Amino acid sequence: MLKQSFKQTGILVRFIVRQDRVRIPIWIISLLLITFSTAISFSGLYENQQERQAIAQTMLNPVMTAMVGPSEGLDNYTNGAMLAHQMLLFTAIAVAIMNILLVAKHTRMEEEDGQVELIQAFPVGRLSNLSATVLVVCGTNVLLAFIIGFGLAALRIESLGLEGSLLYGAALGITGIFFVGITAIFAQLSESSRGTIGFSFAVLILAYLIRAIGDIGNETLSWFSPLGIVLSAEVYVYNYWTPILLVGLLALLLLVIAFFLNSIRDLGAGFLSSKPGKIHASLFLQGPISLALRVQRTGLIAWAIGILVLGASYGSVLGDLESFFKDVDMMDALLTQVDGFSLIEQFIPMLMMVLAMFCTVPALLIVFKLKGEEKKGHTESLLTRAVSRTSVMGSYVIISIVTSVVMLLLAVVGLWSASVAVMDEAIPVRTLLEAALVYLPAMWTMIGVAVLLTGFLPQFTGVTWLYYVYSFIVVYLGALLQLPDWMGKLTPFGHIPQLPVEEMDFMTLSVIVIIAITLIILGFVTYNRRDILG
Amino acid sequence: MSIVQTHNLTKKFGKFTALDQVNLHVDEGEVYGFIGPNGSGKSTMIRLLLGMIKATKGEATIFGMDAWKDAVDIHKRIAYVPGDVNLWPNLTGGEVIDLFMKLRGAGNKNRREEMIEKFKLDPSKKCRNYSKGNRQKVALVAAFASDADLYILDEPTSGLDPLMERVFQECVLDAKKDGKSILLSSHILSEVEKLCDRVGIISEGKMIETGTLSELRHLTRTNLLVETKLKVIGLQELRGISSIKETGQVLSFQVDAEELDMVIKYVSQFGIVRLESAPPTLEDLFISHYEVKPNVKTVI
Repeated sequence: MLKQSFKQTGILVRFIVRQDRVRIPIWIISLLLITFSTAISFSGLYENQQERQAIAQTMLNPVMTAMVGPSEGLDNYTNGAMLAHQMLLFTAIAVAIMNILLVAKHTRMEEEDGQVELIQAFPVGRLSNLSATVLVVCGTNVLLAFIIGFGLAALRIESLGLEGSLLYGAALGITGIFFVGITAIFAQLSESSRGTIGFSFAVLILAYLIRAIGDIGNETLSWFSPLGIVLSAEVYVYNYWTPILLVGLLALLLLVIAFFLNSIRDLGAGFLSSKPGKIHASLFLQGPISLALRVQRTGLIAWAIGILVLGASYGSVLGDLESFFKDVDMMDALLTQVDGFSLIEQFIPMLMMVLAMFCTVPALLIVFKLKGEEKKGHTESLLTRAVSRTSVMGSYVIISIVTSVVMLLLAVVGLWSASVAVMDEAIPVRTLLEAALVYLPAMWTMIGVAVLLTGFLPQFTGVTWLYYVYSFIVVYLGALLQLPDWMGKLTPFGHIPQLPVEEMDFMTLSVIVIIAITLIILGFVTYNRRDILG
Repeated sequence: MSIVQTHNLTKKFGKFTALDQVNLHVDEGEVYGFIGPNGSGKSTMIRLLLGMIKATKGEATIFGMDAWKDAVDIHKRIAYVPGDVNLWPNLTGGEVIDLFMKLRGAGNKNRREEMIEKFKLDPSKKCRNYSKGNRQKVALVAAFASDADLYILDEPTSGLDPLMERVFQECVLDAKKDGKSILLSSHILSEVEKLCDRVGIISEGKMIETGTLSELRHLTRTNLLVETKLKVIGLQELRGISSIKETGQVLSFQVDAEELDMVIKYVSQFGIVRLESAPPTLEDLFISHYEVKPNVKTVI
């Protein structure tokens, strides 16, 4: 019976590899590019140990600890220590996202769409699909770990030794495998692929937050987060392998549970079942706008809570930061140095930029939902009724713009309320609001790009994400990586006046707003002229 | 010999009973039609037989093996086509057919080409570009190109055009000629009438009627059309008569099978000029069962 359960896994493995022949290489190559190019750029950026040590000083604050992880290697900030400190956590998160998406696609998503049923009607074991998925995706992680490990060592950069490099790769790979386990379990528990992906992402976000809180104050807490455990490997500093082993064991346990759950359930069923819905459309659900809103209700609520928590978690750090700055007298490369402003105030623009970036994601997701609905043929059923294309697209754009404002306000509310609780001299809410709202034009420009692509080149809406990631890296890490100024000017976020440190610049903001409106109008015009996909 | 046999097969989803003590058997070389309204439990039945869901009570055997425990062995000799075929968007139809044939193990390259030709499928297209009907063709080609002993077909023609429907019917009859057994669940009653030796009607998870078409017909009304010399009077007072329509001297009505003899005797008094009788269509059968249902409920 047990052997029967895995029958024909081999063929399915090859089949999944065939399906993902493009997707998996793209993920691996992107992760390699990010890792190798950062490693190379770090080694060119700082001439000697003194320069690196100076940067290390700027990292010694709770905000950075919350963002990138503990600061064990800061005493001797070699190239390797710097790479592991600044890049390992973010890369590990990217790897986790890759694993969540890959596993969810081949398990619950294909089950939902009926492909698993087709396969299961052949002499194929009941657990074969799950085991083939796990094998392929874990294999991807192992491959990634080895290429990154040997690749980093092969760069021959001072202090990137072979052991450390292999550990760096292993830390990424094992994080990936852990999230294979998480996603595999939620694929059994949840009845939908949305649920599977949603719950898995929730675990990832929770892991990040627990680690952030743990790293600032309570180190034991970090051990409850897989990301925290992985970071305690202290790659390129002490090179501990035990944490990797520990996460590996946890992953194995998760996988065993997932296989067990799969073996005792019916195909198509989950353990968290869905509730019956309403029989009639509510008074609220009466037109394209409310339909668009209703369809995305759950996602938007989840984002709203997430953004509020994110704001609050940054806010709670401000207290630590305040006392920290009182003790240490130092300058920060990340900050624009202006007289007459407290260091805390100088931190605000960067915080706001990061929050605005996060708040842009749900706004963009709404615009992309329009294309998603179109591809599924849902838009067609609207357009064949007395609804114009302008009003369909308009509903999504309006919701997207309102979302950008609401999310940003929620972030400020979270930030402000937490900071009031922890700070001796609270920052006035007006200062925070101004510093945040000034980013709205930049967010609307991103929305504009998404709308234009939806209208003009619907196959390439994904380019918006590339532009988004570019903006994030350039503006967030620009100062750190010492990127040239013009690169920052290629994104709307790079033009926003940094309140309260800089002067308000209505001229620039108006220009950005006009650009955003132009992009959106062009999107409407092209959307009205093109064929509807289906 | 029974290829498929179920005994008091019951499936509950929580409190909801999807299938309630269903007994069914499909014999070797037989085409068994499985009909019932939406949500009556047809697909649940088929998924139980395929070992994808586990029965709450009762048992299902195929080729004498347990449908759940021996699923892998059973599936070596089964071909399945669902009504809603979703394929992998970035693979071609040809690739999917090959995968399906490889997964079953046995398969015939020539039959594959023959079936692709027959169903007029373009196997070089990516699945994302196929229409519903074409996706269904992919599954049908893979099924009929295989050398299965039992074909389980769950509304397999729901997306096909009438021409392709005919090709499908030929394939079923060919398979039957080769001694294969077929379990066909369908909504298209004319198709079931044309193809099936025996029929089972399921409603609300219960098998309410099963037998050959003529056996089932016996249970219901015959359509009669009578033209008489004299005007027929008093017909509505007779037992077992319904849906009387009168156009001049021509009367059409339905008669319960057991009252047929008495009705003919009565009508013949008026001098028959023309008499046409038609067997009830499956649709009549289906609807008569459907309409009876509320009464059954009150009795229980």
